[in-house]
Amino acid sequence: YAKLSTHGCISYVVFRFQMKVKVLSRNPDDYVRETKLDIQRVPRNYDPSLHPFEVSREYTRALNATKLERVFAKPFLASLDGHRDGVNCLAKHTQSLSTLLSGSCDGELKVWDLTKRECVRTLQAHEGFIRGVVVRYCGTSFFTVGDDKTIKQWTMETPGYGEEEEPLNTILGKTVFTGLDHHQNKSVFATCGQQVDIWDEQRSSPIRSFSWGVDSFSSIRFNPVETDLLGSCASDRSIILYDMRESTPLKKVVMTMRSNTLCWNPMEAFHFTCANEDYNLYTYDMRFLEKPIKVHMDHVSAVLDVDYSPTGQEFVSASFDKTIRIFPKNDGHSREVYHTKRMQHVICVKWSSDSKYILSGSDEMNIRLWKANAAEKLGVLSHREREAANYSQKLKEKFQHHPQIRRIARHRHLPKIFSFYRFGFSSTKPGSVPVLSEKEKHVVSVVK
Amino acid sequence: MAKVSKIRKSKKRSKVAGSSSKKPPVVYDDEQEEDVCGAEEDVSSEEDDGEDERKRQKLLEAIGALGGKRKHALAERSEAAVHMSEFSMTADDEADLSDLIGTIEKTPAATAQTKKHLKNLQRSKNTVECPLSKQENERIQRDVAFQKAALEVSRWQSIITQNQRAEQLVFPLNQEPSGPKPIEQVVMGWEARTPLEKEIFSLLAANKQPILDAVLTPAEEASVKAMDLEQVKIRRAERQKARALQSYYEAKARRERKIKSKKYHKVQNKAKRKEFVKQFEELVKTDPAAALEELDKMERARMQERMSLKHQNSGKWAKSKAIMAKYDEGARKAMQQQLEVNKDLTQKLVTSLSKEEEEEGEGNTDMLPDFVNDAEFKQDSSNPWMRGRLSEDPTEMELKDTMDVTAEGASAVTKEAEEEEGSEAEGTEEDALLREFDSRRKQRQDQESDTSAVIVNDGDDGVEEDQVTEDKVAEISDEEEEGLSEFTRMYRGIGKSLEKDAGSKDGSAELEEGLMRIRSVDDVDLLPQETPTEPQQAPTPQHQKSAEQQPSRSRKRKKGIELREVLTKETKVIKVPLAPTVTDSEEKLDQRVLIEEAFAGDDVISDFAREKRKREDEGKPKVIDLTLPGWGEWGGLGLKPSKRKRRRFRIRTEVPPPRKDQHLPSVIISEKRNSAITPHQVSSLPFPFENPAQFESSIRTPLGRTWNTERTVKKMTKPRVVTQLGAIIEPMADEQLLKGKKKVSARRRSRNTKTRTQPAK
Repeated sequence: YAKLSTHGCISYVVFRFQMKVKVLSRNPDDYVRETKLDIQRVPRNYDPSLHPFEVSREYTRALNATKLERVFAKPFLASLDGHRDGVNCLAKHTQSLSTLLSGSCDGELKVWDLTKRECVRTLQAHEGFIRGVVVRYCGTSFFTVGDDKTIKQWTMETPGYGEEEEPLNTILGKTVFTGLDHHQNKSVFATCGQQVDIWDEQRSSPIRSFSWGVDSFSSIRFNPVETDLLGSCASDRSIILYDMRESTPLKKVVMTMRSNTLCWNPMEAFHFTCANEDYNLYTYDMRFLEKPIKVHMDHVSAVLDVDYSPTGQEFVSASFDKTIRIFPKNDGHSREVYHTKRMQHVICVKWSSDSKYILSGSDEMNIRLWKANAAEKLGVLSHREREAANYSQKLKEKFQHHPQIRRIARHRHLPKIFSFYRFGFSSTKPGSVPVLSEKEKHVVSVVK
Repeated sequence: MAKVSKIRKSKKRSKVAGSSSKKPPVVYDDEQEEDVCGAEEDVSSEEDDGEDERKRQKLLEAIGALGGKRKHALAERSEAAVHMSEFSMTADDEADLSDLIGTIEKTPAATAQTKKHLKNLQRSKNTVECPLSKQENERIQRDVAFQKAALEVSRWQSIITQNQRAEQLVFPLNQEPSGPKPIEQVVMGWEARTPLEKEIFSLLAANKQPILDAVLTPAEEASVKAMDLEQVKIRRAERQKARALQSYYEAKARRERKIKSKKYHKVQNKAKRKEFVKQFEELVKTDPAAALEELDKMERARMQERMSLKHQNSGKWAKSKAIMAKYDEGARKAMQQQLEVNKDLTQKLVTSLSKEEEEEGEGNTDMLPDFVNDAEFKQDSSNPWMRGRLSEDPTEMELKDTMDVTAEGASAVTKEAEEEEGSEAEGTEEDALLREFDSRRKQRQDQESDTSAVIVNDGDDGVEEDQVTEDKVAEISDEEEEGLSEFTRMYRGIGKSLEKDAGSKDGSAELEEGLMRIRSVDDVDLLPQETPTEPQQAPTPQHQKSAEQQPSRSRKRKKGIELREVLTKETKVIKVPLAPTVTDSEEKLDQRVLIEEAFAGDDVISDFAREKRKREDEGKPKVIDLTLPGWGEWGGLGLKPSKRKRRRFRIRTEVPPPRKDQHLPSVIISEKRNSAITPHQVSSLPFPFENPAQFESSIRTPLGRTWNTERTVKKMTKPRVVTQLGAIIEPMADEQLLKGKKKVSARRRSRNTKTRTQPAK
């Protein structure tokens, strides 16, 4: 009888008189397509002996991928110009990705369409600086505060032809407001100035005021996850935490230098990062303020603003040293630095809500649009493109510790000044000052 | 003073409050408090001022009175009353608590409890503590509020750690699951519009028919809700696996059943039996109780076999075979086999595992074959105490005699010789000489045999013994062939071993002694019989050899510095006169001796020299012979490739550059380092890895599709964070918290089920 395998090539045909004859037999089903629309079947043999030198081959691929990443790293997308003074504050629209609001130092507010990269609306919101802009959670209106001691609420819709720009609502405050933030899902907002005030949108006086021996605050932020908590930076070098429902503040931590702004991690309820005057950023766990969980160093001048990526994995910081840096949330050093020749002190920065872009407003009246991942290809990727990108990304991660790859991946063309004046020489004798860990060095005290 | 004490008090309190948080100095608003205290001071000074004023007033009044003018007394109206009113009291009359309580005691309205309270109050002398200051009050409030907030925030901990560990995070978080929705959801929003639809619906409503045909029953719905998608997946995978396994086993069994070859089945059965025996032996070792149970089972099977006629020759098949048996060899064999099976199964098991059987066993000792004891005897031959109850056997006596002969060795032989001499009176001198030689030879032989093994079979007796044992073996094998199944044999073995154990408990020491085996020359010394051995000669030739080799090597390598010489040169001891210090020299000596003993075998210097030489030899040029016999000329047995050819294909490797450590006697510099590839190599262990092996393994696994299947590649190159183009990513919301909890609980549940199933395996 004959025994023909459906699959193999060689099978034995056994005849009645017990003789084996080797016969070559192939089944066309194994190699012929049913229709020509089918994908060609490519048999693969994964025997490792047939594909030697896997480590060295992958190393070469990783090296090439790293080099290509540097070649394609072109993060700068657009510059939005139109302001007539330095851009002091930015606000993302909560519902629309393409809308951006910016307030400048001359009290002018502009609404931008990012897809067209043009200004769609301009209004004179305040006299003097606009200190803060925030869009209401529903996206129909926005609030501004300015140096003229007023809080104004504006509608998002552009007024019709011939109609004047008028605020929906104006609240006259007693003192200057320096910061503003809106609650995640209630009609409540908070301002800071001489004290921290919580406002109901329907009322003209604050529903709650917090003061704790400080008379000047620079920023206030609502916690986006645990929505009743707030954090603020005060001028006495402290960061104070509040609960909107309580009558007193919660706790404060005093640091060696003043913090300019803070930002809560949108995915981790108890983590926030503050941008400090001492060139560093500090990530804290709000439950344990005695020590920051991470110190992020790299800037060479005061850090002015910080914003988390909506994924909560990274954050971007704007500095007086004319650069923007992107830090992984648990890394001490930045993974990326953006700068241009013309960009001056960067005052405000925002990470777009789809986590693909970064927006920065700077002293020289421009708003700049950057890619969050410098070498990423924008737009829809084909399947093969995406797979190739994923593979090369993993390769880079796998070989990231190899010196050549690390060198190429970390190299940035930076003007000398960015790496120069960070390290002055100290006048103290070595050993004369007790060694303190970097985390402990910057916290003076925690006040209950 | 007051101020100081106050501050102290506050500090004390702050210490108590601050004990919860430790690290950086916890500061309270002391400055403000100080301000307050200052204010208090001011108040007290004001009070002082007031007092002064009053004094001054008094003084003025006194002066006025001196002037002779009459003082107007204040007109005071008073009425007679039973009780004095507390409102008409002046500062001069002091009211005591007892006065007030006195009134209460008389009023019947006051309850006994309040009276008791008041009495207690009267008795206690302590003043009531003043309330906390506003600052402290606020601080406490803040602390409480913070604790509350911290607790509230901590509920996110699990989901945050979960996300940190997750292999992949997909944003936005609350994406709607793709795929078809349940029909009810779709239908819900739909309304009857046309008159026909309305009519149908009205009819349905009138007949109380369900308008929506439920896709799932409530129970199903509940179960769907209860089961997470992942859980369902896990369960389905498990079921799939079980099914697949079952089908495999079924297929296998079917295949095996189909095989007609008797030999195959025989082999299979034998293997199975062997396996069973092995398992049973292990069971005996590990769990005697279970083994006993097994035995019981066997016993029961035997009983059943005895009761039934299954393997008797009374069955239909057996009868037919019996008829055929006269003519057919095969039929006869088959019958015999069947009877054998019966015999096997019905054979009584003799073990000492169960006590009842043990008693029987003692009665039936002769059922045990002799070889059992024989083997034992052989083992314990050197120890007469261990011979057990069979030592009276005549064969053994013989053996014992032989042993004595061997043990006593030469002296016995010489005695014999003397006796012989005595009996024969005068033998020839030649004879005597020959005997002497013989005895000497024997002596020597004995010594040799003693060093090699314990048992010595000398001369004819030995031959006899051999024969005896051989015979026994033959008998045993015959017996086996007769029909001892492996099981019964095994049981016997167990019984034997157990008996042995029981017997040996008293004299385990002797047993051990008896089992000692001599392996080396040194061990000979340990033997009870002192046999004169030659002084250790084996190591000495080696030493000599090495000593011989040394000079030749040194001759070869005269130019360089001789490593050995340099390293082993004795240090010059410079004796410096020292003031005698108190030392416990004995202890020191002890220590040194100890260290010397510990490192007695280590010769570090020669080891190093050897290693260096090895490295040098590795680098030396080598000759590689690439000749292939039969290539280009005839090859085969007895033919060698020609000399020319061999010369042609002999390749000499190049001479490497001189070693860097050529002139450094105490250093080995590796020549393997390649400067061309070092910039590509990782010099230190990167952070998350704990050891080089871990890191290397992470590098070794390839990721690409050249080495991995499509699915593996997809799995391995999965990006950690996935975002959707143009989708707004909202911050984490409370629903995530619920989802996370569900996930965690599901995982825990699955883990529990796993742990539950594991012991079953």
